[in-house]
Amino acid sequence: MEIDPFIFRLSIFILSIFIGYYVVWSVTPSLHTPLMSVTNAISSVIIVGAIIAALAGGSENIFDTANIFGYLAIILAAVNIFGGFLVTQRMLAMYKKKKDKK
Amino acid sequence: MISANLLAVFYMVSGVLFILALRGLSSPETSRQGNLFGILGMAIAIVVTIISVGNFSTGFLILLVLLLIGGSIGSFIAFKIPMTAMPELVAGFHSLVGLAAVFVAISAFLNPEVFNLGNPGDIKIASLIEMSLGAAIGAITFTGSIIAFLKLRGIMSGSPITFFGQHYLNLILGISLIGLIFYLCKTQVDTWFWTIIAISLLVGILLIIPIGGADMPVVISMLNSYSGWAAAGIGFTLENTALIITGALVGSSGAILSYIMCKGMNRSFFNVILGGWGATDQTSSSSSKEQKPVKNGNADDAAFLMKNASSVIIVPGYGMAVAQAQHALREMVDALKKNGVKVSYAIHPVAGRMPGHMNVLLAEANVPYDEVFELEEINNDFANCDVAYVIGANDVTNPIAKSDPQSPIYGMPVLDVEKSKSVLFVKRSLSPGYAGIDNDLFYRDNTLMLFADAKKMTEEIVKSL
Repeated sequence: MEIDPFIFRLSIFILSIFIGYYVVWSVTPSLHTPLMSVTNAISSVIIVGAIIAALAGGSENIFDTANIFGYLAIILAAVNIFGGFLVTQRMLAMYKKKKDKK
Repeated sequence: MISANLLAVFYMVSGVLFILALRGLSSPETSRQGNLFGILGMAIAIVVTIISVGNFSTGFLILLVLLLIGGSIGSFIAFKIPMTAMPELVAGFHSLVGLAAVFVAISAFLNPEVFNLGNPGDIKIASLIEMSLGAAIGAITFTGSIIAFLKLRGIMSGSPITFFGQHYLNLILGISLIGLIFYLCKTQVDTWFWTIIAISLLVGILLIIPIGGADMPVVISMLNSYSGWAAAGIGFTLENTALIITGALVGSSGAILSYIMCKGMNRSFFNVILGGWGATDQTSSSSSKEQKPVKNGNADDAAFLMKNASSVIIVPGYGMAVAQAQHALREMVDALKKNGVKVSYAIHPVAGRMPGHMNVLLAEANVPYDEVFELEEINNDFANCDVAYVIGANDVTNPIAKSDPQSPIYGMPVLDVEKSKSVLFVKRSLSPGYAGIDNDLFYRDNTLMLFADAKKMTEEIVKSL
Protein backbone atom coordinates (compact mmCIF):
# COMPACT_ATOMS: atom_id res chain seq x y z
CA MET A 1 0.00 0.00 0.00
CA GLU A 2 1.22 3.43 -0.94
CA ILE A 3 1.14 6.25 1.57
CA ASP A 4 -0.47 9.39 0.19
CA PRO A 5 2.16 12.17 -0.08
CA PHE A 6 -0.36 14.37 1.70
CA ILE A 7 0.27 12.38 4.87
CA PHE A 8 3.98 13.18 4.62
CA ARG A 9 3.26 16.85 4.28
CA LEU A 10 0.82 16.68 7.15
CA SER A 11 3.55 15.04 9.28
CA ILE A 12 5.98 17.81 8.38
CA PHE A 13 3.31 20.35 9.30
CA ILE A 14 2.51 18.83 12.67
CA LEU A 15 6.16 18.36 13.59
CA SER A 16 6.89 21.95 12.58
CA ILE A 17 4.13 23.16 14.88
CA PHE A 18 5.88 21.37 17.73
CA ILE A 19 9.26 22.81 16.77
CA GLY A 20 7.66 26.25 16.61
CA TYR A 21 6.07 25.71 20.00
CA TYR A 22 9.35 24.92 21.73
CA VAL A 23 11.46 27.43 19.84
CA VAL A 24 9.07 30.29 20.48
CA TRP A 25 8.78 29.57 24.19
CA SER A 26 12.53 29.95 24.42
CA VAL A 27 12.40 33.43 22.89
CA THR A 28 13.12 36.04 25.54
CA PRO A 29 10.10 38.30 26.18
CA SER A 30 12.15 41.42 25.50
CA LEU A 31 12.54 40.25 21.90
CA HIS A 32 8.86 39.62 21.25
CA THR A 33 8.53 42.58 18.91
CA PRO A 34 11.44 41.46 16.69
CA LEU A 35 9.93 37.97 16.84
CA MET A 36 6.74 39.30 15.30
CA SER A 37 8.52 41.23 12.60
CA VAL A 38 10.76 38.31 11.68
CA THR A 39 7.91 35.79 11.60
CA ASN A 40 6.13 38.25 9.38
CA ALA A 41 9.15 38.38 7.09
CA ILE A 42 9.54 34.61 6.84
CA SER A 43 5.85 34.03 6.21
CA SER A 44 6.41 35.99 3.01
CA VAL A 45 8.07 32.85 1.68
CA ILE A 46 4.64 32.60 0.08
CA ILE A 47 6.45 34.48 -2.68
CA VAL A 48 7.54 31.09 -4.07
CA GLY A 49 3.91 30.40 -4.95
CA ALA A 50 3.64 33.85 -6.47
CA ILE A 51 6.74 33.27 -8.60
CA ILE A 52 5.43 29.96 -9.94
CA ALA A 53 2.10 31.59 -10.72
CA ALA A 54 3.68 34.59 -12.40
CA LEU A 55 6.13 32.72 -14.58
CA ALA A 56 3.66 30.05 -15.66
CA GLY A 57 2.96 29.37 -19.30
CA GLY A 58 5.87 30.98 -21.11
CA SER A 59 6.10 34.33 -22.83
CA GLU A 60 2.90 34.17 -24.89
CA ASN A 61 0.52 34.47 -21.96
CA ILE A 62 2.42 36.50 -19.40
CA PHE A 63 -0.55 38.80 -18.94
CA ASP A 64 -3.19 36.17 -18.20
CA THR A 65 -5.29 36.92 -15.14
CA ALA A 66 -3.64 34.13 -13.17
CA ASN A 67 -0.18 35.51 -13.96
CA ILE A 68 -1.20 39.03 -13.03
CA PHE A 69 -2.36 37.86 -9.61
CA GLY A 70 1.05 36.23 -9.32
CA TYR A 71 2.78 39.53 -10.10
CA LEU A 72 0.68 41.40 -7.54
CA ALA A 73 1.50 38.80 -4.92
CA ILE A 74 5.20 39.16 -5.75
CA ILE A 75 5.13 42.89 -5.04
CA LEU A 76 3.27 42.42 -1.75
CA ALA A 77 5.58 39.66 -0.60
CA ALA A 78 8.69 41.60 -1.66
CA VAL A 79 7.61 44.61 0.43
CA ASN A 80 7.24 42.26 3.35
CA ILE A 81 10.48 40.38 2.88
CA PHE A 82 12.67 43.45 2.63
CA GLY A 83 10.66 45.49 5.10
CA GLY A 84 10.38 42.67 7.61
CA PHE A 85 14.01 41.57 7.66
CA LEU A 86 15.44 45.09 7.57
CA VAL A 87 13.25 46.45 10.33
CA THR A 88 14.12 43.39 12.44
CA GLN A 89 17.80 44.02 11.80
CA ARG A 90 17.34 47.66 12.75
CA MET A 91 15.63 46.75 15.99
CA LEU A 92 18.10 44.05 16.95
CA ALA A 93 21.00 46.42 16.38
CA MET A 94 19.60 48.60 19.18
CA TYR A 95 19.70 45.91 21.86
CA LYS A 96 22.92 46.56 23.71
CA LYS A 97 24.41 45.40 26.95
CA LYS A 98 25.63 47.70 29.68
CA LYS A 99 28.88 49.22 28.47
CA ASP A 100 30.53 50.38 31.69
CA LYS A 101 30.66 47.44 34.09
CA LYS A 102 31.71 48.90 37.40
CA MET B 1 16.05 23.10 -14.33
CA ILE B 2 16.54 21.15 -11.15
CA SER B 3 14.83 17.94 -10.18
CA ALA B 4 11.79 17.97 -7.94
CA ASN B 5 13.70 16.07 -5.27
CA LEU B 6 16.59 18.50 -5.19
CA LEU B 7 14.11 21.36 -5.08
CA ALA B 8 12.39 19.79 -2.07
CA VAL B 9 15.75 19.46 -0.34
CA PHE B 10 16.46 23.14 -0.86
CA TYR B 11 13.04 24.07 0.51
CA MET B 12 13.76 21.97 3.56
CA VAL B 13 17.06 23.80 4.03
CA SER B 14 15.15 27.10 3.90
CA GLY B 15 12.77 25.76 6.49
CA VAL B 16 15.63 24.80 8.80
CA LEU B 17 17.22 28.23 8.38
CA PHE B 18 13.90 29.82 9.38
CA ILE B 19 13.81 27.67 12.51
CA LEU B 20 17.33 28.86 13.33
CA ALA B 21 16.22 32.46 12.77
CA LEU B 22 13.60 32.08 15.48
CA ARG B 23 15.96 30.13 17.69
CA GLY B 24 18.43 33.02 17.54
CA LEU B 25 15.91 35.25 19.27
CA SER B 26 16.42 33.42 22.55
CA SER B 27 19.02 36.03 23.41
CA PRO B 28 19.92 39.45 21.99
CA GLU B 29 23.49 38.30 21.25
CA THR B 30 22.49 35.51 18.92
CA SER B 31 19.52 37.33 17.45
CA ARG B 32 21.37 39.28 14.77
CA GLN B 33 22.95 36.13 13.43
CA GLY B 34 19.52 34.49 13.52
CA ASN B 35 18.11 37.22 11.34
CA LEU B 36 20.87 36.58 8.79
CA PHE B 37 19.89 32.90 8.73
CA GLY B 38 16.37 34.01 7.97
CA ILE B 39 17.51 36.19 5.09
CA LEU B 40 19.65 33.36 3.72
CA GLY B 41 16.71 30.95 3.92
CA MET B 42 14.52 33.37 2.02
CA ALA B 43 17.16 33.94 -0.65
CA ILE B 44 17.58 30.20 -1.19
CA ALA B 45 13.83 29.67 -1.50
CA ILE B 46 13.44 32.45 -4.06
CA VAL B 47 16.45 31.52 -6.18
CA VAL B 48 15.70 27.79 -6.42
CA THR B 49 12.07 28.53 -7.27
CA ILE B 50 13.08 30.79 -10.13
CA ILE B 51 15.58 28.19 -11.40
CA SER B 52 13.04 25.39 -11.12
CA VAL B 53 10.48 27.24 -13.22
CA GLY B 54 13.27 27.81 -15.70
CA ASN B 55 11.42 30.48 -17.61
CA PHE B 56 13.85 33.31 -18.29
CA SER B 57 11.70 35.19 -20.79
CA THR B 58 9.83 38.47 -20.45
CA GLY B 59 8.05 37.18 -17.38
CA PHE B 60 11.38 36.85 -15.60
CA LEU B 61 12.28 40.47 -16.32
CA ILE B 62 8.92 41.61 -14.98
CA LEU B 63 9.58 39.51 -11.90
CA LEU B 64 12.91 41.20 -11.28
CA VAL B 65 11.40 44.64 -11.72
CA LEU B 66 8.58 43.79 -9.32
CA LEU B 67 11.02 42.43 -6.75
CA LEU B 68 12.95 45.65 -7.06
CA ILE B 69 9.86 47.83 -6.66
CA GLY B 70 8.51 45.84 -3.71
CA GLY B 71 11.96 45.62 -2.18
CA SER B 72 12.55 49.37 -2.39
CA ILE B 73 9.17 50.17 -0.87
CA GLY B 74 9.84 47.67 1.92
CA SER B 75 13.35 48.95 2.60
CA PHE B 76 12.19 52.55 2.56
CA ILE B 77 9.49 51.80 5.14
CA ALA B 78 11.89 49.77 7.27
CA PHE B 79 14.39 52.61 7.53
CA LYS B 80 11.90 55.44 7.94
CA ILE B 81 9.48 53.98 10.45
CA PRO B 82 9.79 55.37 13.99
CA MET B 83 10.03 52.69 16.68
CA THR B 84 6.87 53.98 18.34
CA ALA B 85 4.94 53.03 15.18
CA MET B 86 6.09 49.41 15.26
CA PRO B 87 2.63 47.98 16.12
CA GLU B 88 1.05 49.65 13.09
CA LEU B 89 3.89 48.52 10.89
CA VAL B 90 3.55 44.90 11.93
CA ALA B 91 -0.23 45.05 11.48
CA GLY B 92 0.25 46.58 8.04
CA PHE B 93 2.76 43.91 7.04
CA HIS B 94 0.40 41.16 8.19
CA SER B 95 -2.25 42.51 5.88
CA LEU B 96 0.17 42.20 2.96
CA VAL B 97 0.94 38.56 3.74
CA GLY B 98 -2.80 37.90 3.95
CA LEU B 99 -3.50 39.54 0.62
CA ALA B 100 -0.55 37.79 -1.04
CA ALA B 101 -1.97 34.46 0.17
CA VAL B 102 -5.34 35.35 -1.36
CA PHE B 103 -3.71 36.29 -4.68
CA VAL B 104 -1.67 33.09 -4.85
CA ALA B 105 -4.77 31.05 -4.07
CA ILE B 106 -6.71 32.88 -6.80
CA SER B 107 -4.00 32.23 -9.32
CA ALA B 108 -3.82 28.58 -8.36
CA PHE B 109 -7.59 28.37 -8.78
CA LEU B 110 -7.56 30.02 -12.20
CA ASN B 111 -4.58 28.16 -13.51
CA PRO B 112 -4.32 24.84 -11.63
CA GLU B 113 -2.26 23.07 -14.32
CA VAL B 114 0.88 25.00 -13.39
CA PHE B 115 0.74 23.73 -9.86
CA ASN B 116 -0.20 20.15 -10.90
CA LEU B 117 -3.57 20.45 -9.25
CA GLY B 118 -5.71 19.28 -12.18
CA ASN B 119 -7.60 21.39 -14.71
CA PRO B 120 -9.93 24.36 -14.29
CA GLY B 121 -13.31 22.97 -13.35
CA ASP B 122 -11.69 19.68 -12.36
CA ILE B 123 -9.32 20.52 -9.51
CA LYS B 124 -8.37 17.83 -7.02
CA ILE B 125 -10.72 17.95 -4.04
CA ALA B 126 -7.92 18.06 -1.45
CA SER B 127 -6.24 20.94 -3.28
CA LEU B 128 -9.51 22.76 -3.50
CA ILE B 129 -10.06 22.50 0.25
CA GLU B 130 -6.50 23.65 1.01
CA MET B 131 -6.76 26.45 -1.50
CA SER B 132 -10.04 27.77 -0.15
CA LEU B 133 -8.83 27.52 3.44
CA GLY B 134 -5.66 29.42 2.51
CA ALA B 135 -7.67 32.06 0.68
CA ALA B 136 -10.23 32.38 3.48
CA ILE B 137 -7.67 32.72 6.27
CA GLY B 138 -5.61 35.04 4.09
CA ALA B 139 -8.62 37.26 3.44
CA ILE B 140 -9.52 37.37 7.15
CA THR B 141 -5.92 38.29 7.95
CA PHE B 142 -5.98 40.99 5.29
CA THR B 143 -9.06 42.93 6.38
CA GLY B 144 -8.51 42.16 10.06
CA SER B 145 -5.01 43.61 9.92
CA ILE B 146 -6.22 46.67 8.09
CA ILE B 147 -8.75 47.37 10.84
CA ALA B 148 -6.05 46.77 13.46
CA PHE B 149 -3.75 49.12 11.54
CA LEU B 150 -6.41 51.85 11.39
CA LYS B 151 -7.12 51.50 15.09
CA LEU B 152 -3.47 51.59 16.07
CA ARG B 153 -2.79 54.51 13.80
CA GLY B 154 -5.68 56.39 15.41
CA ILE B 155 -7.46 56.82 12.08
CA MET B 156 -10.25 54.69 13.49
CA SER B 157 -11.39 55.06 17.09
CA GLY B 158 -9.79 52.54 19.44
CA SER B 159 -13.04 51.99 21.29
CA PRO B 160 -14.86 48.74 20.64
CA ILE B 161 -17.62 48.80 18.04
CA THR B 162 -20.37 46.41 18.99
CA PHE B 163 -23.89 45.92 17.71
CA PHE B 164 -26.79 43.65 18.47
CA GLY B 165 -26.41 40.08 17.25
CA GLN B 166 -22.77 40.54 16.30
CA HIS B 167 -21.65 37.18 17.59
CA TYR B 168 -24.53 35.41 15.89
CA LEU B 169 -23.71 37.11 12.63
CA ASN B 170 -20.10 35.93 12.91
CA LEU B 171 -21.28 32.44 13.73
CA ILE B 172 -23.60 32.36 10.72
CA LEU B 173 -20.85 33.66 8.43
CA GLY B 174 -18.41 31.10 9.81
CA ILE B 175 -20.83 28.24 9.22
CA SER B 176 -21.67 29.49 5.74
CA LEU B 177 -17.94 29.52 4.92
CA ILE B 178 -17.73 25.83 5.72
CA GLY B 179 -20.85 25.18 3.66
CA LEU B 180 -19.47 27.13 0.73
CA ILE B 181 -16.19 25.24 0.76
CA PHE B 182 -18.23 22.03 0.69
CA TYR B 183 -20.28 23.24 -2.29
CA LEU B 184 -17.17 24.44 -4.07
CA CYS B 185 -15.67 20.97 -3.84
CA LYS B 186 -18.88 19.40 -5.03
CA THR B 187 -19.64 21.67 -7.94
CA GLN B 188 -16.27 23.30 -8.83
CA VAL B 189 -18.26 26.44 -9.69
CA ASP B 190 -16.04 29.50 -9.39
CA THR B 191 -18.82 31.71 -8.00
CA TRP B 192 -18.50 29.83 -4.71
CA PHE B 193 -14.79 30.49 -4.63
CA TRP B 194 -15.30 34.24 -5.01
CA THR B 195 -18.08 34.18 -2.44
CA ILE B 196 -15.78 32.46 0.04
CA ILE B 197 -13.21 35.22 -0.39
CA ALA B 198 -15.83 37.96 -0.11
CA ILE B 199 -17.34 36.54 3.08
CA SER B 200 -13.88 36.03 4.60
CA LEU B 201 -13.03 39.65 3.91
CA LEU B 202 -16.17 40.63 5.79
CA VAL B 203 -15.42 38.26 8.68
CA GLY B 204 -11.98 39.84 9.08
CA ILE B 205 -13.57 43.26 9.60
CA LEU B 206 -16.28 41.97 11.94
CA LEU B 207 -13.76 40.04 14.05
CA ILE B 208 -11.59 43.03 14.84
CA ILE B 209 -13.99 45.97 15.20
CA PRO B 210 -15.36 44.88 18.61
CA ILE B 211 -11.87 44.71 20.11
CA GLY B 212 -10.62 47.73 22.02
CA GLY B 213 -7.32 49.57 21.78
CA ALA B 214 -5.52 48.08 24.77
CA ASP B 215 -6.37 44.56 23.63
CA MET B 216 -4.33 45.16 20.49
CA PRO B 217 -1.39 43.04 21.74
CA VAL B 218 -3.69 40.02 21.54
CA VAL B 219 -5.09 41.05 18.17
CA ILE B 220 -1.70 41.57 16.57
CA SER B 221 -0.44 38.24 17.86
CA MET B 222 -3.59 36.55 16.64
CA LEU B 223 -3.28 38.04 13.17
CA ASN B 224 0.36 37.00 13.16
CA SER B 225 -0.80 33.49 13.82
CA TYR B 226 -3.47 33.66 11.08
CA SER B 227 -0.96 34.83 8.51
CA GLY B 228 1.04 31.71 9.34
CA TRP B 229 -1.93 29.36 8.94
CA ALA B 230 -2.79 31.02 5.63
CA ALA B 231 0.76 30.43 4.40
CA ALA B 232 0.56 26.80 5.54
CA GLY B 233 -2.72 26.35 3.68
CA ILE B 234 -1.14 27.63 0.49
CA GLY B 235 1.90 25.45 1.24
CA PHE B 236 -0.30 22.34 1.20
CA THR B 237 -1.88 23.45 -2.07
CA LEU B 238 1.47 24.02 -3.72
CA GLU B 239 2.99 20.94 -2.06
CA ASN B 240 5.81 23.15 -0.86
CA THR B 241 7.64 22.17 2.32
CA ALA B 242 9.24 25.58 2.90
CA LEU B 243 5.79 27.14 3.06
CA ILE B 244 4.37 24.38 5.23
CA ILE B 245 7.23 24.57 7.74
CA THR B 246 7.17 28.36 7.83
CA GLY B 247 3.40 28.49 8.11
CA ALA B 248 3.48 26.13 11.07
CA LEU B 249 6.27 28.10 12.77
CA VAL B 250 4.57 31.44 12.34
CA GLY B 251 1.19 30.05 13.23
CA SER B 252 2.37 28.57 16.51
CA SER B 253 4.49 31.62 17.28
CA GLY B 254 1.48 33.93 16.99
CA ALA B 255 -0.66 31.55 18.99
CA ILE B 256 1.87 31.44 21.84
CA LEU B 257 2.17 35.22 21.87
CA SER B 258 -1.62 35.55 22.03
CA TYR B 259 -1.63 33.13 24.93
CA ILE B 260 1.08 35.08 26.78
CA MET B 261 -0.78 38.33 26.22
CA CYS B 262 -4.09 36.90 27.43
CA LYS B 263 -2.39 35.52 30.50
CA GLY B 264 -0.89 38.97 31.13
CA MET B 265 -4.44 40.27 31.39
CA ASN B 266 -5.87 37.19 33.11
CA ARG B 267 -8.51 36.89 30.42
CA SER B 268 -9.42 34.02 28.18
CA PHE B 269 -8.75 34.28 24.49
CA PHE B 270 -12.47 34.16 23.72
CA ASN B 271 -13.18 36.87 26.22
CA VAL B 272 -10.84 39.17 24.30
CA ILE B 273 -12.06 38.15 20.87
CA LEU B 274 -15.71 38.45 21.77
CA GLY B 275 -15.09 42.07 22.41
CA GLY B 276 -15.02 45.15 24.50
CA TRP B 277 -14.06 45.50 28.05
CA GLY B 278 -14.54 49.23 28.26
CA ALA B 279 -18.03 48.97 26.84
CA THR B 280 -19.45 46.90 29.66
CA ASP B 281 -17.75 48.50 32.64
CA GLN B 282 -18.49 52.15 32.08
CA THR B 283 -21.28 52.08 34.66
CA SER B 284 -19.24 50.68 37.51
CA SER B 285 -16.55 53.29 37.11
CA SER B 286 -18.87 56.29 37.18
CA SER B 287 -20.67 55.16 40.34
CA SER B 288 -17.54 55.20 42.47
CA LYS B 289 -16.43 58.62 41.35
CA GLU B 290 -16.36 60.48 44.65
CA GLN B 291 -13.66 63.03 45.28
CA LYS B 292 -10.77 61.59 47.19
CA PRO B 293 -7.71 63.55 48.25
CA VAL B 294 -4.72 63.27 46.00
CA LYS B 295 -1.18 64.39 46.67
CA ASN B 296 -0.08 66.57 43.84
CA GLY B 297 3.59 67.20 43.16
CA ASN B 298 5.83 68.95 40.67
CA ALA B 299 9.08 68.15 38.92
CA ASP B 300 11.24 69.53 41.73
CA ASP B 301 9.59 67.29 44.30
CA ALA B 302 10.08 64.31 42.05
CA ALA B 303 13.71 65.18 41.38
CA PHE B 304 14.36 65.60 45.10
CA LEU B 305 12.77 62.27 45.95
CA MET B 306 14.64 60.34 43.30
CA LYS B 307 17.99 62.01 43.88
CA ASN B 308 17.91 60.96 47.52
CA ALA B 309 16.75 57.44 46.80
CA SER B 310 19.12 54.53 46.64
CA SER B 311 17.06 52.55 44.17
CA VAL B 312 14.44 53.55 41.62
CA ILE B 313 12.26 51.29 39.50
CA ILE B 314 10.75 52.70 36.34
CA VAL B 315 7.42 51.37 35.13
CA PRO B 316 6.76 52.42 31.53
CA GLY B 317 3.47 51.94 29.70
CA TYR B 318 1.71 52.87 26.51
CA GLY B 319 1.59 56.53 27.59
CA MET B 320 5.37 56.66 27.29
CA ALA B 321 5.13 55.53 23.68
CA VAL B 322 2.42 58.06 22.89
CA ALA B 323 4.41 60.91 24.43
CA GLN B 324 7.67 59.61 22.83
CA ALA B 325 9.21 60.03 26.27
CA GLN B 326 11.76 57.19 26.07
CA HIS B 327 14.74 59.44 25.27
CA ALA B 328 13.91 61.96 27.98
CA LEU B 329 13.49 59.04 30.36
CA ARG B 330 16.96 57.78 29.51
CA GLU B 331 18.43 61.22 30.22
CA MET B 332 16.71 61.25 33.57
CA VAL B 333 18.09 57.82 34.40
CA ASP B 334 21.60 58.90 33.37
CA ALA B 335 21.38 61.88 35.70
CA LEU B 336 20.16 59.65 38.52
CA LYS B 337 22.94 57.15 37.95
CA LYS B 338 25.47 59.96 38.25
CA ASN B 339 24.05 60.53 41.71
CA GLY B 340 24.67 56.90 42.56
CA VAL B 341 21.05 55.79 42.31
CA LYS B 342 20.42 52.22 41.20
CA VAL B 343 17.84 52.22 38.42
CA SER B 344 15.98 49.34 36.80
CA TYR B 345 12.96 49.05 34.53
CA ALA B 346 9.91 46.87 35.12
CA ILE B 347 7.89 45.77 32.11
CA HIS B 348 4.44 44.30 32.34
CA PRO B 349 3.66 41.67 29.67
CA VAL B 350 0.86 43.77 28.15
CA ALA B 351 2.47 47.19 28.48
CA GLY B 352 2.13 48.93 25.14
CA ARG B 353 0.26 47.88 22.04
CA MET B 354 2.19 44.78 21.05
CA PRO B 355 4.32 42.11 22.73
CA GLY B 356 7.72 43.53 23.67
CA HIS B 357 6.75 47.06 22.61
CA MET B 358 8.32 48.76 25.66
CA ASN B 359 11.55 46.78 25.32
CA VAL B 360 12.08 48.01 21.78
CA LEU B 361 11.45 51.62 22.75
CA LEU B 362 13.88 51.43 25.64
CA ALA B 363 16.45 49.74 23.43
CA GLU B 364 15.99 52.57 20.95
CA ALA B 365 16.80 55.06 23.71
CA ASN B 366 20.01 53.10 24.39
CA VAL B 367 18.84 51.53 27.60
CA PRO B 368 20.96 48.40 28.10
CA TYR B 369 18.70 45.35 27.99
CA ASP B 370 20.16 43.92 31.19
CA GLU B 371 18.59 46.78 33.15
CA VAL B 372 15.14 45.88 31.87
CA PHE B 373 13.18 43.21 33.72
CA GLU B 374 9.97 41.27 33.23
CA LEU B 375 7.22 41.22 35.80
CA GLU B 376 8.19 37.95 37.50
CA GLU B 377 11.85 38.90 37.67
CA ILE B 378 11.39 42.24 39.38
CA ASN B 379 8.12 42.14 41.28
CA ASN B 380 9.74 41.25 44.61
CA ASP B 381 12.15 44.16 44.33
CA PHE B 382 9.46 46.81 44.74
CA ALA B 383 9.38 46.14 48.48
CA ASN B 384 13.04 47.18 48.75
CA CYS B 385 12.89 50.08 46.38
CA ASP B 386 12.66 53.74 47.38
CA VAL B 387 10.86 55.24 44.43
CA ALA B 388 8.72 53.72 41.69
CA TYR B 389 8.39 56.02 38.69
CA VAL B 390 5.24 55.09 36.78
CA ILE B 391 5.23 56.69 33.37
CA GLY B 392 2.27 56.11 31.08
CA ALA B 393 1.13 52.91 32.75
CA ASN B 394 -2.06 52.57 34.79
CA ASP B 395 -4.11 49.38 34.94
CA VAL B 396 -1.02 47.19 35.19
CA THR B 397 -0.15 48.81 38.54
CA ASN B 398 -3.63 48.76 40.05
CA PRO B 399 -3.52 46.95 43.41
CA ILE B 400 -7.27 46.34 43.17
CA ALA B 401 -6.48 43.38 40.90
CA LYS B 402 -5.18 41.61 43.98
CA SER B 403 -7.81 42.64 46.50
CA ASP B 404 -11.24 43.09 44.94
CA PRO B 405 -12.86 39.99 43.39
CA GLN B 406 -15.60 42.25 41.97
CA SER B 407 -13.16 44.19 39.85
CA PRO B 408 -13.01 43.32 36.15
CA ILE B 409 -9.25 43.09 36.35
CA TYR B 410 -9.24 40.85 39.44
CA GLY B 411 -6.59 38.19 39.12
CA MET B 412 -4.62 40.01 36.47
CA PRO B 413 -0.92 39.94 37.34
CA VAL B 414 0.11 43.48 38.34
CA LEU B 415 3.35 45.16 39.27
CA ASP B 416 3.51 45.63 43.05
CA VAL B 417 4.29 49.31 42.70
CA GLU B 418 2.48 50.21 45.93
CA LYS B 419 5.05 48.28 47.97
CA SER B 420 7.82 50.74 47.21
CA LYS B 421 8.44 53.55 49.72
CA SER B 422 7.05 56.20 47.43
CA VAL B 423 5.36 56.18 44.06
CA LEU B 424 5.65 58.90 41.44
CA PHE B 425 2.77 58.66 39.02
CA VAL B 426 3.14 60.65 35.81
CA LYS B 427 -0.29 61.04 34.27
CA ARG B 428 -2.24 63.74 32.52
CA SER B 429 -5.35 63.42 34.66
CA LEU B 430 -7.04 61.17 37.19
CA SER B 431 -9.09 59.50 34.48
CA PRO B 432 -9.36 55.74 34.71
CA GLY B 433 -7.33 53.55 32.39
CA TYR B 434 -8.53 51.33 29.60
CA ALA B 435 -10.30 48.89 31.87
CA GLY B 436 -12.50 51.78 33.01
CA ILE B 437 -11.71 51.40 36.69
CA ASP B 438 -10.27 53.81 39.17
CA ASN B 439 -6.71 53.19 40.29
CA ASP B 440 -6.57 53.02 44.06
CA LEU B 441 -2.91 53.86 43.88
CA PHE B 442 -3.66 57.52 43.10
CA TYR B 443 -5.04 58.12 46.59
CA ARG B 444 -2.43 56.36 48.65
CA ASP B 445 -0.31 58.31 51.13
CA ASN B 446 2.94 57.31 49.51
CA THR B 447 1.82 58.32 46.02
CA LEU B 448 2.73 61.64 44.49
CA MET B 449 0.82 62.46 41.34
CA LEU B 450 2.66 64.40 38.66
CA PHE B 451 -0.01 65.78 36.35
CA ALA B 452 1.67 66.45 33.03
CA ASP B 453 2.59 65.05 29.67
CA ALA B 454 5.02 62.17 30.24
CA LYS B 455 7.76 63.67 28.11
CA LYS B 456 7.47 67.23 29.45
CA MET B 457 7.45 66.10 33.06
CA THR B 458 10.47 63.86 32.56
CA GLU B 459 12.37 66.68 30.85
CA GLU B 460 11.58 69.03 33.70
CA ILE B 461 12.82 66.49 36.21
CA VAL B 462 16.05 66.21 34.24
CA LYS B 463 16.45 69.97 34.48
CA SER B 464 15.98 70.09 38.22
CA LEU B 465 18.25 67.13 38.90
